[in-house]
Formats: sequence, C-alpha cells, structure tokens
Amino acid sequence: MQKSLHIDPGKCTGCLQCEAACSLVNEGAVNPSKSRIKVFNFHDEGRFVPYTCTQCDEAWCMQACPVDAIVLNPENGSKDVLNDVCVGCKVCTIACPFGTINYNSSTGKVVKCDLCGGDPECVAACPTQAITYVDANATGLDKMRAWAAKTDNAAGA
Amino acid sequence: MHYVIIGAGPAGVNAAEHLRQYDPLGKITLLVAEDVPPYSRMALPYYLADNIPSEGTYLRKEPGHFESLKIDLLQGRASSIDTQAKRITLLGGDTLSYDKLLISTGATATRPPIDGIDLDHVHNCWTLKDADKIVASTRPGSHVVLMGAGFIGCIILEALAEREVDLTVIEMQDRMVARMTNQVMGNMIKDWCVSKGINVKTSTGVTSIEKGTDSALLVHTNQGESLPTDVVVCATGVRSNTAFLDGSGIDIDMGIVVDDYLQTSVPDVYAAGDVAQGRDMSTGEYHVQAIQPTAVEHGRLAAHNMVYGHGVPHPGNVNMNILDTAGLISTSFGLWMGVEGGDEAEMCDRDNFTYLNLQFRDDVLVGASSLGMTQHVGVMRGLIQTGCHLGEWKDKLMKAPNRLSEAYLACAQSQHKALGPV
Repeated sequence: MQKSLHIDPGKCTGCLQCEAACSLVNEGAVNPSKSRIKVFNFHDEGRFVPYTCTQCDEAWCMQACPVDAIVLNPENGSKDVLNDVCVGCKVCTIACPFGTINYNSSTGKVVKCDLCGGDPECVAACPTQAITYVDANATGLDKMRAWAAKTDNAAGA
Repeated sequence: MHYVIIGAGPAGVNAAEHLRQYDPLGKITLLVAEDVPPYSRMALPYYLADNIPSEGTYLRKEPGHFESLKIDLLQGRASSIDTQAKRITLLGGDTLSYDKLLISTGATATRPPIDGIDLDHVHNCWTLKDADKIVASTRPGSHVVLMGAGFIGCIILEALAEREVDLTVIEMQDRMVARMTNQVMGNMIKDWCVSKGINVKTSTGVTSIEKGTDSALLVHTNQGESLPTDVVVCATGVRSNTAFLDGSGIDIDMGIVVDDYLQTSVPDVYAAGDVAQGRDMSTGEYHVQAIQPTAVEHGRLAAHNMVYGHGVPHPGNVNMNILDTAGLISTSFGLWMGVEGGDEAEMCDRDNFTYLNLQFRDDVLVGASSLGMTQHVGVMRGLIQTGCHLGEWKDKLMKAPNRLSEAYLACAQSQHKALGPV
C-alpha cells in the first residue's frame, strides 16, 4: 500500500527535531541545512510550517532529469535520486515548481525526500504528530491541494 | 498508425515514450542521427570533467529500454521530407513513410566566420564526439582559449576548469552569460571566475586564429592581443537544425514555427524541443527556448496532441536556466530582466557571491534571478508559473527578497492546479 507524509502545520512547535533526524540519518550528521524537510518559520504570525517533497504524480524532477537519475520507487511511490547516476546538473531543482529537490554542493548531487525507504525518520522524530505517515489514497495533486489548503490556513494568508 | 520521430534528444525520447503510453498499438520509429544510443548533451560537461563515463550521458540507462516499449530506433539522418506524400528521404536514399511526424532535431553548434576557425585544435563542444576530442587533446596545464561565455560556454568552462587547464575565456558581450544575467550578476560571475584563476576577457572578440610556432595556435583579439594556446573551444552559438526542411512547406523562422498544439504549418507534422519555436508563457511570444525542461514538456505535449487531437491549447513554457560556473550557481526564470512599470527587489552580497533579484508586475512575480543559492530555487518557477497574487507578501518580498519560500508556501501552493499535466 502506498503511503505518504501528512503534515499538519497547526501541530508544529518549531522544535526542528525532524530536520535533525533527517540530516542525521540521510547525511550522517545533525545538520539542519542538509535536511530534506525544512521547517519554515512565519515569525510574524508565530507559526511553523514543515515542508518537503509530496512525491507528486507529475514528478517534474523525474521528467526533467537528462540522465534517468530519478526513479519511481514502486514500493512506496517515492521518487528517488540515484546518487551514482546523478551528474549534478541541477535541472531538476529549477523544474520542480515546489522547490523540494535541492543541490548539495558538497556531494555534487541533488537530494530530495525518499520517505527514508518507507520508514520516515521525521515522522518518528516529531513529538507532536505534526508529521505523520498515512495511507495515500488520493492522487498527488489532491494530496497537494489538501495539504496546501492546510498550509495556507496555517500561514494565515 | 505509424509515428515517426526525427531526432533522439530529450524531446524525441520523451515523445516516443509518451506516444507508447497513449497509443499502446501504434508503430513508433525514432530516427537517431549519431552513431551512439540517445544521450543528453546536458551531461557532456560532466563527461568532459571525467566525472562520468560516456555511458553516463545516455538518456535511458535500462538495457533494452526502447525494445521493451516497442520503440524502433533507426540510425540515420533525414535529408528531405515530402509532406504531401508523407514520406521522409534519408541520407543514402532510403525512404520512410509516416502517418504523424514529430521533428525534434535540436540544434547544431556554429562557428563564427573568422580566419583560422577550421584549423586543427579548434573544437566545438556540442556532441559526444566533440567532447571526446577535447578530452583527448587537453591535460592539466594545457592552454585552452574558450570563445563565448554564454550559457553553453560557462558549462564547458566548469568542465575545463575541472580538467585543470590554463583557461582564457573570451566574450564579445560586456558581461558573462548576458542572456540570463543583468549587469550586476554577470559581473559577479566574472569576478568569481577571476578569483578561481580563470582569465576572463569580456567586450573582446576573436579576430583570427593562426597556426603558432611555439604553440599549436595563436589567437588574435580585437584588443590587439595574441594568445598562444594548445586548443580553442568554440561556444559562440547554435542554430536550429532545419536545413533538411527546405521545400517541405514547413514554415521556419529562427526555429520551426509551431502553434499552441506544437503542430507545424503542415498538418500531422509536429515539432518539439530546441528546434521548435514554441510559446513562451511569460511573453506570449514564440521563441526557441533551448532548455531541457521545455524539451521534455514539448515531447510529452506533442505526443499527447498527436494521439488525442487538439484539445486545450498550451499556455507556453516558462523560460528558465540554471548554471554552475566553476562552482558558482546562477539561476534565471521568466522575465528576469523585468517589465515596464513593474517593481524590482534586489538583494546583493558581493563579498559572498550571493544575489537575488525579483521582478513583479503589480503583485505577481514575473521573473527572478539568483546567484549562490541552491535551496528551494524551484519555488521561483512555482510562483511565476502559477501567477499567484502575492498580496501582502509582495511588500514583504520587496523588503526581504530571501523570504521567497515563505511567500510561496503562503500564497502559491493551493494554486498548483495551474501546473497540471496535459
């Protein structure tokens, strides 16, 4: 069964443990700047919005890749970067209109959320269940819209 | 139904795959011009820098990929098309009939008409074979003159720098990558290159090249200099591959003229990618964008329209670029140069090579460019393509342009239906 991250910004306290866990597990060091999930701080409103790839069906990054380095994981629907194939051209980082695939200049590769292979560390680390891992029945776009509506409300815009 | 695609770059390959998806039973023939599997020119600089083997440039890595989709690869080049008889003649005289045709022949690197431009040791960097020649003729310490600091020139520059050659870049414009940078950003890129030991000569033209006595070549400039060098790499421009369409009745301007369904002036003939003069979403005008994301989207759209007919016209593609110039990353999106009566927000840190420029029409982001930024740059596309009204966030961005991602989260996400697929 395909599952996806469900983010409820209203529950986020801005503790950044998701960023710490993500960077520790995926990059080998607690380094929020290398986390694949980013908590945006709307300091005007005192709100926090965790943000990462929604594994959208359109997969702009995967479509734009010139060397077939981003592939669909049939197990959980994530779009995964193959590190040994990625040449670091960064075209995916401008093609993704969500800005959720980013270039890591220290490795020369792009990075994005791959749901940790089906056991997302950000979910395990979140103390308030602002990030949960749920069944994905909806399509990518529906997911996006539902989530976006929540994001909008949370941001007070 | 027999679909024929001329040209196996990203547009052609994506079109072939989508044709198969939309029409499981149709016959698909993909004409491949070069004697290698379909590959990505975008990946050549990484091959040049010895980061990947030549197979690393292939567009599809899975062995048997095209066979498994029943896409017939045919090696050859088209020499003419009879659009009345729906028949292609190949170099060598063979013919190929089609029901629907897609032309995705891309472009070819050109050389300026100056004395000595065809001498040995003067190379383009456009094909896998060109890259092979440059790899074979350069080693650390080799003297290389790169003509052209445009988009392609800068990508090659990165690869040449990684080969540790002694590099001089000559650019006729007054700044680097003039097609994607304003004066400030273009000069910051130049400063960066100079700080990396690359010799950059802007507002300079090569007047002639001759055989040298102590070096392979001698390059003369309009500034009166004579530069000894081992190799010249020419990256001064490209031209759409349309010569074989003479007499076909297909309208050509700078590229192949297409409508909002990517159909050419001749029914059942479509064009996609770098050869197609498609609609630019920002201006509504028709230009050759020559970028990978547009090629891929063209390929998919053309395939859709070839199979299902003409439904919704395409609003056009956002022009965008990302460039790594010897480690300094620059991007540009949409109307990065701004619009008349619009507003501009700028953030500049020259010492740290960081720059961000946003261009607004009323409270809509219509263009953006950045330097030294790698995180969430895609939201610039998201904001421009959705055309969302920023409301109070416009003022926030005018004061603090780097709050772009927050503005995006607050305003644009729910409007992403505007980005939906065909």
